[in-house]
Amino acid sequence: MNEAATSFADRLRERFAAQILSIIDSADGPTVEVMTEHWLEVARALRDEPEFRFEQAVDLCGVDYLGFGDAEWDTSDVSGEGFSRGVEGFGPGRFNWSERPESAHKNNRYAVVVNLLSLAHNRRLRIRCFAADEHLPLVPSLIGVWRGLNWFEREAFDLLGILFEGHPDLRRILTDYGFVGHPFRKDFPLIGNVEVRYDAERQRVVYEPVSIEPRVGVPRVVRDDARYEQARTETAKSAAGK
Amino acid sequence: MSMQEIRNYTINFGPQHPAAHGVLRLVLELDGEVVMRADPHVGLLHRGTEKLAESKPYNQSIGYMDRLDYVSMMCNEHAYVRAIEQLLGIAAPERAQVIRTLFDEITRILNHLMWLGSNALDLGAMTLFLYAFREREELMDCYEAVSGARMHAAYYRPGGVYRDLPAQMPKYRESPWTKGNDLKRVNGWREGSMLDFLDAFTDDFPKRVDEYETLLTDNRIWKQRTVGIGVVSPEQALAWGMSGPMLRGSGIEWDLRRKQPYAAYDKFDFQIPIGKNGDCYDRYLVRVEEMRQSNRIMKQCVAWLRSNPGPVMVQNYKVAPPKREEMKQDMEALIHHFKLFTEGYSVPSGEVYAAVEAPKGEFGAYIIADGANKPFRLKLRAPGFAHLSAMDEIARGHMLPDVVALIGTFDVVFGEIDR
Repeated sequence: MNEAATSFADRLRERFAAQILSIIDSADGPTVEVMTEHWLEVARALRDEPEFRFEQAVDLCGVDYLGFGDAEWDTSDVSGEGFSRGVEGFGPGRFNWSERPESAHKNNRYAVVVNLLSLAHNRRLRIRCFAADEHLPLVPSLIGVWRGLNWFEREAFDLLGILFEGHPDLRRILTDYGFVGHPFRKDFPLIGNVEVRYDAERQRVVYEPVSIEPRVGVPRVVRDDARYEQARTETAKSAAGK
Repeated sequence: MSMQEIRNYTINFGPQHPAAHGVLRLVLELDGEVVMRADPHVGLLHRGTEKLAESKPYNQSIGYMDRLDYVSMMCNEHAYVRAIEQLLGIAAPERAQVIRTLFDEITRILNHLMWLGSNALDLGAMTLFLYAFREREELMDCYEAVSGARMHAAYYRPGGVYRDLPAQMPKYRESPWTKGNDLKRVNGWREGSMLDFLDAFTDDFPKRVDEYETLLTDNRIWKQRTVGIGVVSPEQALAWGMSGPMLRGSGIEWDLRRKQPYAAYDKFDFQIPIGKNGDCYDRYLVRVEEMRQSNRIMKQCVAWLRSNPGPVMVQNYKVAPPKREEMKQDMEALIHHFKLFTEGYSVPSGEVYAAVEAPKGEFGAYIIADGANKPFRLKLRAPGFAHLSAMDEIARGHMLPDVVALIGTFDVVFGEIDR
């Protein structure tokens, strides 16, 4: 199976050499990073060419890569004051609306990931493209290729503010009517911005700034050590011992 | 005499409407009683599950999965847990895989019973709702027996399941409502283990399905409400990303349990029913047959579980907690336990999409990991979201009452659509 996957990646590389940036080998098959300007063209080819025939776009997911790989707790070394407490940093959930971090400039901050499924070949493929401009993340819409992506693109627009060029009906879908901001961006506070309650005096629902404090129970830790390797060998050893 | 000018008018269907199955606001543009345009407004139940998961260690989000599609709880957990397992490169022991298969099928029956009961109720049949809930009760007792919770179980964990099946099926106790012969009757199957209980259930269940079918399959009113309504062509089903009974009802034989087997589905014998016409009636038949097939799988799982004892969780203490007794004796085990429940485990950086054949269709979890103890991005692919997005195209030209049949046949649950 693995061999087949590799050769499939090779075939993709050969066919789309001029249109893709790279092919990443993920745990569940290849992930193809497509150049934004060729996004539509590659998608159409993947759907129509008999070798690929990805009839279904299963899922479309917007991603905000701000803070990718950042930890809040330095676990690799001891400082002069001992281990850090893991209470600093601007990880998700640690700030409110007024303290939200300035969006640090990051190349290729937003991406759109589509998971494809070919029923004919019983195969999955993931394609990704990055929106070049962080302040106006613009990606061509794939509605013309798979019309089922309509709502998925609306969702990515709603939650991450990614704009889909050519989408006929780019409205918010999941958030409240009149919502401000794009909640799944990494610089949007987890506790949100406003809260809602019914005011008995005014006899209507009122919006107010949130009253809860941001709080994170467990700091974000990146451990890149050999623990899992070690655990695997230990398991293998104990299995062999039995 | 001049022709009276007739204009289309718009009505709000829901969000407070018993046939809207939760909180769907459906804006319908009508010409007389014919639907010209349907614009579903979703998101009234949006809780930001994916964002919440980004701020918590992996294991703490399992409970959120139950609350997505809250009538097929364990299938959601299954997709999430499988994604984590693939990223970690671990596999659950065989017995855990069979237990997962068993509970996925229990869940499928739970879901289809709920669907059948409420859909029939929407279309004017009352009795079935009561029948369906009678059987749901038995199966929810199984949920409770393994996890302590009737619905939100959090039973599947990365590396296996929380614990093995109980040796004694919990019994009803005497109460003012259940006593004497009543008590004897409800405890009839519960004298032995949970496997004995399930054996009795699976022997009995086909007869129950026959009962449902007697009420509906040849029922004239039922057929008038469903035959030829909401026809989805195979081309439409593919283009709209439909899956599960919506896809199979249109005659496409596609089931992840068979095509991309996970858990222990390759061990067991079952069939995939498909429809012919792609209308509401065919999807009804597909779902009813799926219940029978699920029952078959359950029976085989029970037989397998009887004869194959073994561990139900990996012995890897970085991912799974050590045994309680060990912690009393062994310092290492205590440290592992402490680290696991305070910090969790870090998942190697990478990305993975893991899908399961949930009762409603393909439920998938897409995780982007950056090496931390929390997911960097979690995207849940809900089958109902894709199905409901096709509402406009499918509902056009139908009458207003058919919209109720359509909402029913899409099997929408807003926990998963709004996430």
